Amino acid sequence: MRIIISNQSELPIYAQIKEQLKEQILNGQIPEGSTLPSIRQLAKEIGVSVITTTRAYSDLEAEGFIATMQGKGSVVLSKDNSMLQEQYLLRIEEGLTTAIETARVMGLPEEELNRIFQNLLHG
Amino acid sequence: MLRQHDGDEQKGMSGNMELLEVRNVSKHYKNFSLENIDFVLPKGYIMGYVGQNGAGKSTTLNIITNICKCVEGEVYVNGITCAEDAVRYKEYIGYIGDEFYYPDNFTVKNIRGILKNFYTTFSPEKFDELVKKWKLSDKMKVKDFSRGMKVKLMFASVLSRDTKLLVLDEATNGLDPVMRVEVLRLMQEYIADGERSVIFSTHILSDLEQIADYIFFIHDGKKVLYDAKDELLESYLLVKGERKAVTAELRRQLIGMVDNAYGFEAILPSDKADLLTSELYFEKPSIDQIVVHYIKDKK
Repeated sequence: MRIIISNQSELPIYAQIKEQLKEQILNGQIPEGSTLPSIRQLAKEIGVSVITTTRAYSDLEAEGFIATMQGKGSVVLSKDNSMLQEQYLLRIEEGLTTAIETARVMGLPEEELNRIFQNLLHG
Repeated sequence: MLRQHDGDEQKGMSGNMELLEVRNVSKHYKNFSLENIDFVLPKGYIMGYVGQNGAGKSTTLNIITNICKCVEGEVYVNGITCAEDAVRYKEYIGYIGDEFYYPDNFTVKNIRGILKNFYTTFSPEKFDELVKKWKLSDKMKVKDFSRGMKVKLMFASVLSRDTKLLVLDEATNGLDPVMRVEVLRLMQEYIADGERSVIFSTHILSDLEQIADYIFFIHDGKKVLYDAKDELLESYLLVKGERKAVTAELRRQLIGMVDNAYGFEAILPSDKADLLTSELYFEKPSIDQIVVHYIKDKK
């Protein structure tokens, strides 16, 4: 797990923490079932306020990435849960939308775009 | 983000979540009044107390530590007032100011002896451990200590007691950046178990920006802003641009407009962002910038 806080970033600090944890959970660097450091521990380590890390964790919880259990800390949830599935689908849609928009900008025919997609998928 | 405190039923009762409650505190001097200061600091959090010189920061902190008698209003530390149990109240508090409070001719050894006699929760072992860790000579007279050593000594004497609330009045003044970072780290360690809190005043607002959970901003003895730091930072935008691009409606919402030869700078509540036009530039403000523009507005 790594978290880098930038003071130059346009994102507020809680969002930087949240996005970086989310990224690492989605790409498997933080495996499901693992326990994240406690809110207070994390605040101390990266030198930010407790309220900031609390907000990052509660957002991750609301989006289905982690669950916080009394006495057990915050655990990364399995990728099977429905909220997280939604997050994955959202990311896929975002990626495809970007591809479609780019294709439209350059005027690529639909069948050509489809061919690229199929090639990538099976290639 | 702020907790609501309606009703008095919780006031001053032990077992609640507030470590420090300052209730409608006022104090009147000949040339200055502290007026109706009211806030709470929950257990396990850090509050930055901000304002200009003479704004009433030290007066507030001195009322909390009971150095200065509170005339109107009440202060609870861990559920009790100083009037209820002065000894326990003072055991709860660790105070560090920007002035060194031990006599010049004392050595670390003398101070250790005094603390042992004075505070029941003082741990000589913990004190020795910190003195050793920070390499404070126990034979040297404290008047020959550097500013950094004096601050470390004050921290050693406070942290070797079982306190609940650290009151730091400009304690990072005159410290080099390395030492300041160390002090910030000490504060974070102090609150790490979620049972103790810190209130500190400082001019160096970048320190606050990192670790403070709550900000209380005082000007001329009165509250200006009081909120969770993150909320505060998100509640305002720093707007820059040419004055002619400012509509009358926008002008009414801008706080503390400062002009220079080529443009202006001001603070705008984030919820008024729809008044901005594409000719204006805006960005996230720092606590410093929010404070400076607010003070400009009050003049």
